[in-house]
Amino acid sequence: MMKAKQMTRDKGITLALLAVAFLILALLPQITSGYILTLLIDILKFAVLTVGWVIFSGPSGYMSLATAAFYGLGFYIAAVFSGSIPFSLLILLAGVSSFVVALGVGALTLRLRGVYFTIFTFALVLLVQNVVLEVERVVTQTRGRFVETVSTEGVYYAIFIVFVLTVVSAVLIRRSRYGLALQSIGEHEEAAAHSGINVVWTKVLTFASSAVFMGMAGAIIATRRTYIDPYIAFNLNTSFLPVLMAMFGGMGNLVGPVLGAALFTYIGEILLTRFPDLYMLLFGVVLILSMLFMPNGILGLAQGIWRKMKGGGRAPA
Amino acid sequence: MTALRDILITGLLLGGLFALVSVGLTLQYGVARVLNVAHGEFIMVGAFLTFWLLGSVSLNPLLSLAITGPAAFIVGFILHKTLFRRLMHSSPSLDIFEGRSMLASFGLLYVVQNLARIIWGSDVEGYTFLNSTITGAQIPLNRLVALAFVVVLGGAFYFFLARTRLGKAIRASAQSPSTAQLMGVEINNVLAICFGLGLALAAIAGSLLSTFFAIQTTMGLGYTVIAMVVVVMGGLGSITGAMIGGIILGLVSSTVTFFHPSLTMIAYYVIFIVLLLARPKGIMGK
Repeated sequence: MMKAKQMTRDKGITLALLAVAFLILALLPQITSGYILTLLIDILKFAVLTVGWVIFSGPSGYMSLATAAFYGLGFYIAAVFSGSIPFSLLILLAGVSSFVVALGVGALTLRLRGVYFTIFTFALVLLVQNVVLEVERVVTQTRGRFVETVSTEGVYYAIFIVFVLTVVSAVLIRRSRYGLALQSIGEHEEAAAHSGINVVWTKVLTFASSAVFMGMAGAIIATRRTYIDPYIAFNLNTSFLPVLMAMFGGMGNLVGPVLGAALFTYIGEILLTRFPDLYMLLFGVVLILSMLFMPNGILGLAQGIWRKMKGGGRAPA
Repeated sequence: MTALRDILITGLLLGGLFALVSVGLTLQYGVARVLNVAHGEFIMVGAFLTFWLLGSVSLNPLLSLAITGPAAFIVGFILHKTLFRRLMHSSPSLDIFEGRSMLASFGLLYVVQNLARIIWGSDVEGYTFLNSTITGAQIPLNRLVALAFVVVLGGAFYFFLARTRLGKAIRASAQSPSTAQLMGVEINNVLAICFGLGLALAAIAGSLLSTFFAIQTTMGLGYTVIAMVVVVMGGLGSITGAMIGGIILGLVSSTVTFFHPSLTMIAYYVIFIVLLLARPKGIMGK
């Protein structure tokens, strides 16, 4: 009884905190502008990509490096259609196209297991990059395209709404039949198949759902740049960073990836402004060190320390 | 006919080099279970060390192999003993270790590439070495010499794996690390040696290709992709497969380059993806 009461109170506190955070983020453009807003756009972008990545790759254990493919698709949707259709429709279109493309890609590739799937998605990004480069060279005879820009506030609200959408969807998917099925696939795929789960359909559908948010983020962020080309749109860093951020934060729940995205983006920002020349080098060092010393992420590290302080023998969650 | 002959010869020359690059990667993955995304960076380091030794002490590029290879081996050995071994012990399962070690190697990519950029800058560099052609065919001498080195090195390496005690230990560890350990194989040393050998082969390949290709500190990732294509083609972890795959990709490359140079990269990926879907275990995979 005591425990149940404690849990409902904990849940209430969490919800209240979330509501406050939501309000602050929603009202922020009224109070501040410029640098902080730009930084927040960046953080929210990575939070969307990271949470989106975790929707599929977290429970299933299939490490996808295709994020940049869908994000870049969003970029190109924005480049082709910006100016001719409203911003909101543009974002929607990017989400839908990413979903469709991911359905196709997923249906083709999700029978590959483990490292083969990872290598495939890695190559996919580079293939798309080279194909777009070649198509542009032959058809439009240029390398890049121009995108119509949107006001900073507009971009901020768009990415904020998509962020909320991503988190809510992630929670809903996690609790749905598909989320549980995906979890059991991650634990033991054969066993999941034998207990009546449609393994392929579950994987393909969740993979495609996670791609929606990546495409949307791409379409929004593309308007921050005036010029895009295949190297900017289909950049391998976009594939690797969400994985790192998820690991950096910890993948046990959804707070980890968001925290990881925020901290990692912020650290990156500090490194970039203080040591512009050494930025990437230090970034690599941070990455290796975090793999070495906190393989379960910051949350995992904090939980470990907490458990040690309490001296309890509770099994790890 | 001359076109066909040229395509064939260029393909074989390139294929030998691809094979050398890929054997290193397959050794790292097949035995040490590290999918080393930074593999190409050590090709770049090998190439730049050779370029730098030629410029500063005018060391013959072919002699510089004796420096770049062992140096990369030592770096790889230490990297495995410190970084990857620790990761292996902190990971609950092999799958998780593969994920974490790949991400750590991605960090390594940044570190190595940026250190190189700070030391050598980001310009395209190159030098001429033995660039006379053999009469009758369009084969530059430097490429032929590189191929000779690849064949000799490949043969020596094959002999090492097939005939020596350490080679046997490596093959045993590739099959089953725990059983190999029970049979008295010093598994930690073997894994570190394999990782080091992988980097050494990468650096040697880099030194060789710098004799006829332009080099740049950002060139690594392209070679990593080629090595991955070849390794998957041949079957992850299979050394013979990597050699066959390398030759095949070399021939494909020279054929496509002959007809439509700008489609070479796309051809790599298309072959790669089709192969991965049709036969994920690769040519020599079990």
